Amino acid sequence: MLAEVGHFALVLALVLALVGATVPHVGIHKGHTRLMAMADRVAVGMFLMVAIAFAALTHAFVTSDFSVLVVAANSHTAKPMLYKISGVWGNHEGSLMLWVLILSLFAAAVSMAGRKLPLRFRARVLSVQCLLAVGFLLFILLTSNPFLRLDPAPIEGNGLNPLLQDPGLAFHPPMLYLGYVGLSVSFSFAVAALIEGEVSPLWARWVRPWTLMAWIFLTGGLALGSWWAYYELGWGGWWFWDPVENAAFMPWLAAAALLHSAIVVEKRDALKSWTILLAIVAFSFSLLGTFLVRSGVLTSVHAFAVDPARGVFILGFLAFVIGGSMTLYAWRAPKLVPGGLFGMVSRESALILNNILLSCFAAVVLVGTLYPLVMEAFGAGQISVGAPFFEYGATVLMSPLIVALGMGPLLAWKRGRIGRAAQVVLPALIVALVAGLYVVWQSAGGLVMTAFGLGLALWLIASVLLEIAERTQLFKNPERFWSRLKAIPRASWGMSMAHAGLAVILLGITISEAWSREELQLVAPGDRVAVGGYDFLFEGVAPVAGPNFTAVRGFFTVSKGGREVARLMPEDRVYADPVMNTTEASIHPLPGGDLYAVIGEAAGKGRWSVRLYFKPFISGLWAGSLMMMIGGLLSLSDRRRRVGAPMGKRKEA
Amino acid sequence: MAGLKTRKKQRLVIATAAVAAVVGAVILITLGLGGDSLSLFLQPEQVLQKKVEAGKRFRLGGLVATGSFIRDDDGLTYRFTVTDCVADIPVRFKGLLPDLFREGQGVVTEGRLDADGTFIAETVLAKHDENYAPPGTAPKNAEACSHPEGLKAEAGSY
Repeated sequence: MLAEVGHFALVLALVLALVGATVPHVGIHKGHTRLMAMADRVAVGMFLMVAIAFAALTHAFVTSDFSVLVVAANSHTAKPMLYKISGVWGNHEGSLMLWVLILSLFAAAVSMAGRKLPLRFRARVLSVQCLLAVGFLLFILLTSNPFLRLDPAPIEGNGLNPLLQDPGLAFHPPMLYLGYVGLSVSFSFAVAALIEGEVSPLWARWVRPWTLMAWIFLTGGLALGSWWAYYELGWGGWWFWDPVENAAFMPWLAAAALLHSAIVVEKRDALKSWTILLAIVAFSFSLLGTFLVRSGVLTSVHAFAVDPARGVFILGFLAFVIGGSMTLYAWRAPKLVPGGLFGMVSRESALILNNILLSCFAAVVLVGTLYPLVMEAFGAGQISVGAPFFEYGATVLMSPLIVALGMGPLLAWKRGRIGRAAQVVLPALIVALVAGLYVVWQSAGGLVMTAFGLGLALWLIASVLLEIAERTQLFKNPERFWSRLKAIPRASWGMSMAHAGLAVILLGITISEAWSREELQLVAPGDRVAVGGYDFLFEGVAPVAGPNFTAVRGFFTVSKGGREVARLMPEDRVYADPVMNTTEASIHPLPGGDLYAVIGEAAGKGRWSVRLYFKPFISGLWAGSLMMMIGGLLSLSDRRRRVGAPMGKRKEA
Repeated sequence: MAGLKTRKKQRLVIATAAVAAVVGAVILITLGLGGDSLSLFLQPEQVLQKKVEAGKRFRLGGLVATGSFIRDDDGLTYRFTVTDCVADIPVRFKGLLPDLFREGQGVVTEGRLDADGTFIAETVLAKHDENYAPPGTAPKNAEACSHPEGLKAEAGSY
């Protein structure tokens, strides 16, 4: 019964979305305020309807109602509650429901939080948002209805892919979707601005928090995903340049570029049409990602089912949204009045450089991701583009970005002086060079990339600190340091935090790549294996049983210098329903790095094959991502960011 | 530090920088797409047809031939044959095999041929389950194969 309620609510949501996508435009055209104001009510109503539908689906999963096809195909009574709930979005239909839920949530949020926006503009934004909802609701109702019944209902469900039964992964899709779909708001703002033919600094002040929020969630979603890959797949790797990862990484790059270019629009009223374009491109990347992942073009753990009708629908929708918005852009963008002038050396130029490099990198990732598809379409056989290509691109394009990142915040708006900025960051350069040379000298010539990466990371951290020192005049006027430090706006703290986070990630990548130690061995109980200065003692194995799996658990005691530092218990699990083995790595994070153990197979006479790692400072990846997110939140909480709050007359040092 | 006096000049400089970056990216892409970055996906028959030279990196996909699986004395090196039911390629792999590795199941391995025509695999991916298969794990001429799906009791080999 509830499933039918959900289905009906979804149809109602579609009707509301259709109304929301058309009526406000008519209202604006006729100058009819009440029709324009319909957009608000429709947005909230649509959200309520989708929420009811989503709740109905969740109810079916929680109560294991196997008369619903999706539940029978993806759930199981013996599954822990957390995975019953996360199972809602652990399948094609449910994940689209989550997508629409978030899309309509954002529409409602724009309507509620955007009361200070001019009604006309708000109505435009909401109706674009509704139009996107129409597309996705149609997609669900026509090709992926989650409320289809199954008659007769089976007694037991098929269960969820055990790889997905993991706390890290339970929250990875919602996070990533909040990011993906959050970019739809920037998109709607951009399209609305194009229709209205006006982009003002106020517009940028509106778009930035939404983009920032989307970017924070994308960062979190990517970090969770790679964390999951790191401990669940048991290869010790955390990023594979898999097309599905790239599909989420491209919107992140575009959102990062958009964040920065929106600053220029906000502060200097320049780069308007470029920023609009970026907003469109960023959301197009989100849609492209959805297409790649959900259409079955790429087969991966993310592709739940291959159905050509779905692929064709998303492709059509993709063409409509991207083609439509780009046409609108080509038609309307030349009408935007260009803004302020600035010098070659200025904050604006630094931000443009950031944008060029980020966009180029996004383009490189795009080419690498689509190349195999294109080649296969032209009958050139199946090809995969491997990690070296992307790593090469990242090195060439991201290194100049990081170098510029150290200097950029020190340049003044309009016209900066590179000499002055250089003077400030000179110590950072020295730190970076010393670190780089030290690494090269230590390893007598090898490890050039390590030295380079370490140098870059330290350069960035040092220049972030020097920027704060310069801002507070720590060296020139130290007695007023504290009061100046307290006066730094949160947005600046956010910037420093996020930039430092990038440096910490780079540090994590460089150090863990260069100094990871790995041993693949056959061990019998009592054997010791030395890995990176740690002594792993294998104590044997024991069988264990979980709620819906049985496992063999290995026991290791790790010591350093005779002192026990950790116990590791990797497992090899066999899940029932569906029958599937998974490897559960056991990881113990230490300040210096992670101890990581995986157990393989029995080799007779009580011997087991095991893989042991010491991964120094790999936690830098997650710590750095967290710093980026905190930086974003700090910036988001800045009072100047809240529209309507009077602009502080704070003079920037 | 001459400022940019006019909007035209400013646009010119930005455009030049953007073009330079794009050209850089294009060069990068053409350079990067050569060499080891690209790996071809081949089935055993194609490997023999194309006479792939030793040392060239590619991905080999097919079924693990039933009865071909051997574990060396060191307990860590495995030998098996990948077949597409037309041709066979012997494979050697040192490491931990994926959980779902079975005789008669699809695998994708990445590595290089050595001088004797043995494929030295660096990674081995196995077919996951009926809903999820890594690209190319099912051979194109699967009907020609009569290998049983070896998913029986081997899960409990410990």
